[in-house]
Amino acid sequence: MKLNRRTIFGTLTAGALAMSMAACGGGSDDNGADGEMVSGEITGSGASFPDAFYAAAIEAYAEVNPDLIVTYNAVGSGTGKSEFGEGLNDFAGSDSLVKDDDGPEAGSFQYIPTVAAPITVSYNLPGVEGLQLDQETLANIFQGAITAWNDPAIAATNEGVTLPDTAITVAHRSDGSGTTSNFTKFLDEATDAWTLGSGDEVTWPEGSIGGEKNTGVAQVITQTEGAIGYVDLADATETKLVTAAIENADGAFIQPTLEATTAALDGAEVADDLSYNPLNAAGAETYPIVAPTYILLRTDYEDEEVAAGVKEFVNYLLTDGQDIATDNYFAPLPAGLQEQALAALNETIA
Amino acid sequence: MTATAPPEAPPEIDLGGEARSRRTDRGFTGLVALAGLTVLIVLGLILVTTSVQAWPAIAADPIEFLTGTTWDPNEEIFGTLGFLYGTLVTSLIAMIIAVPVSIGIALFITEVAHRRSRKYIVTIVDLLATVPSVVFGLVGSIVLIPWVQPIYQWWAGVVAPVPGLNVIFDETNTGRNYFTAGLILAVMCIPIITSISREVFATVPDIDKQGAYALGATRWEMIKGAILPHSFGGLVGASMLGLGRAMGETIAVALVIGGAIGVNTNLFAPGNTMAAVIAQQWGESGGLHTDALIGIGVVLFAITVLINFLARVVVRRAEIQMKGAHS
Repeated sequence: MKLNRRTIFGTLTAGALAMSMAACGGGSDDNGADGEMVSGEITGSGASFPDAFYAAAIEAYAEVNPDLIVTYNAVGSGTGKSEFGEGLNDFAGSDSLVKDDDGPEAGSFQYIPTVAAPITVSYNLPGVEGLQLDQETLANIFQGAITAWNDPAIAATNEGVTLPDTAITVAHRSDGSGTTSNFTKFLDEATDAWTLGSGDEVTWPEGSIGGEKNTGVAQVITQTEGAIGYVDLADATETKLVTAAIENADGAFIQPTLEATTAALDGAEVADDLSYNPLNAAGAETYPIVAPTYILLRTDYEDEEVAAGVKEFVNYLLTDGQDIATDNYFAPLPAGLQEQALAALNETIA
Repeated sequence: MTATAPPEAPPEIDLGGEARSRRTDRGFTGLVALAGLTVLIVLGLILVTTSVQAWPAIAADPIEFLTGTTWDPNEEIFGTLGFLYGTLVTSLIAMIIAVPVSIGIALFITEVAHRRSRKYIVTIVDLLATVPSVVFGLVGSIVLIPWVQPIYQWWAGVVAPVPGLNVIFDETNTGRNYFTAGLILAVMCIPIITSISREVFATVPDIDKQGAYALGATRWEMIKGAILPHSFGGLVGASMLGLGRAMGETIAVALVIGGAIGVNTNLFAPGNTMAAVIAQQWGESGGLHTDALIGIGVVLFAITVLINFLARVVVRRAEIQMKGAHS
C-alpha cells in the first residue's frame, strides 16, 4: 500500500514537472516575436449561449497571442451583467439588453454585437420531414391551443403531407435562458395569438416537459414521439433533430440555417447603441427566430493594460474570429454590422 | 442503554509534565469549542445574510410568497408553494423507498451476511455514496426516463378505476416527473442511511441479542425485540440525514424533474423543487427575481431546521416508550 502510494505520487509529480516545463518553454519561445502584442490577463463572464463560440475563439486567439490570457466564464447573462456592475469582470457577455435593476449603470457600458444564432423549432414525428409552420400556428402549438399533429391549422401549410393524430408534447427549457427569452419574445411580437408573455422563463401549458439546457430539450424531443421544442442549432444538428421551416415576415417558409441568420441580421434595424432586434426581420431569405448576443465593454477602464487587452481580443472576435463562428453553428455578422461594431470598439477604447 | 459500570480510575502516574499538559489541555478545549462555535456562526451568518438579501421579495407579500402557486418572474409574481410541494413530495417518495431498503441492507450486513463477505458489501454500498450526484442525474435522464415511462403509463392504466390512486398516478407523456426524481433521490439516500443504520445496529449489545435467542426467539423475533427498539433513535437520525440530502439535492433533480411550475397531485407529472429551481434560474436572474430565489433558499433552510427539530421530538418520545420497558 505504502509503496503503491509513493509510486502514484512520484508519477504525478513527474507529470506536473513535465507540464510546467513545457509551459515555460512555450512561453519563452514566443516572447519578443511581436513587440506590439498586448499582454496580461482579462476576464469576462456572462451568457452561456455564445460560450461554445467564445471558447473556440479564445483557444484560437491563444495561438495568435499567447501573452494575453483570456478567460470567459459562462455563468449566465444575468450573473454576467451583475458582475459587470460590481466591477468583477473586464467584459460581460449578454444575450439581453441591460435593464434598470441588472447592475450596470446607464452610460457605463457599450454593446458590441459578436455573433448570432438561429433558434430551431425541432420536432419528433417519424416519417414527417420539412414541416412548415406559420407564426400563429407556432404560437398556438406552444401555448397548448393546438394539441394534435393532424390539426387543420398545421395541415393548411403542409399540403401533401400525411399528418398522424399523435398528441403534441411541448418541450421547453427548465432553466432560465436567453433562448427562451428570445423565442417567446418572437412569438409575442410576431403574433397576436400568443398569451404566455415573454421572458427567461414563462409558465408553459400543463403537460409540457422541461429539459435542462439545450441538450436537455433535445433529449426530451428525441425521447418523446410527438414532441416539439425550441433548441439552438448546434444541439439540433448534433442530435440530428428534424427542424421545421418557419414563416418569416415576408411570408416565406425558411429552414434555420446560418445563411438565413446572417440575412436576418442584415434585415434588422440597428439602434444607435448597437443593440438590434433580429426577430422577424424583413427579407425573403431571413429566418425569423434569431438570437443576438453582445459583449458589454466598459466606457472607462481604470487599468490601461486591461483596456488594451479587451480591445485586442474583441477586435479579434469581430475580425478573424468570425471565421470560427460557423464551425460552431453561429452566424457571423454581416459586413455592415461588423464595421459598425469595430467603429464602436475603437471609439469606446481609444 | 446498557448499564456499563464506569471503569475504575487508574492509579495516577506522574509523568513530570503536569503544568505543560494542563496548558495544552486548556488550549485544546478552547480550540475544540471554537470549532463547535464556527458551525453556529456560519449557520447564523448564512441565515442573516440570505434573509436580508431575500427581504425585498418576501416583504412585498409574505403570504403570497409562501402560499402562491404562480411563479412568474416577468410579472414579478413569486409564489413558492409549487416548489415547496415538489421538495416535500420527492423527498417523501425517496424516504418511503430508501428507509426500508437501507434498514434491510444494514440488517443483512450486520446479522445475516457471512462475516467474510460483510466488508465487501459495505465497500460496495459506500461506493454508491461516492458517485457524484450529477452522474445520478445523467443516468436518470438518459437511461432511466425512457425506460420507466411505459411503466408509469401502464401503472396509471391499472389504477385508473381506483379512486384516490388514480389522482396520484395519472396518465403521463413523460418520465420526467416527481416520481422519477423521488426514485433517483432514493438511490442517493440509500448509502447514507445504510451506513449509519449499520453503525447503529453494531452498538446493540451482544448480551441483548443472545438473551433473545436464549428465550427461544427466532432471528426475526430477535431483530424485532432486541435490535430495533434499541436502535430506533439512531434509525430516525439516519433517515433524517438521508432526508436532508434528498431535500437539498439539486442537480440530479433538476435533470429529471421536468421543470413545471405549480402544484400537481399527479406524481407522474413534471414539477420542480426548491433547490432545483434556484440552480436553474439563478444564472439568468436579476433584481427582485434574484432576491426571490434567495428567499426560496431561506424557506428551504427553515423547513430543514423544522423537520430536524420535529425528528428530535419524535425520537425522544419514542425512546421513552420503546426502551422504558426494557431497561
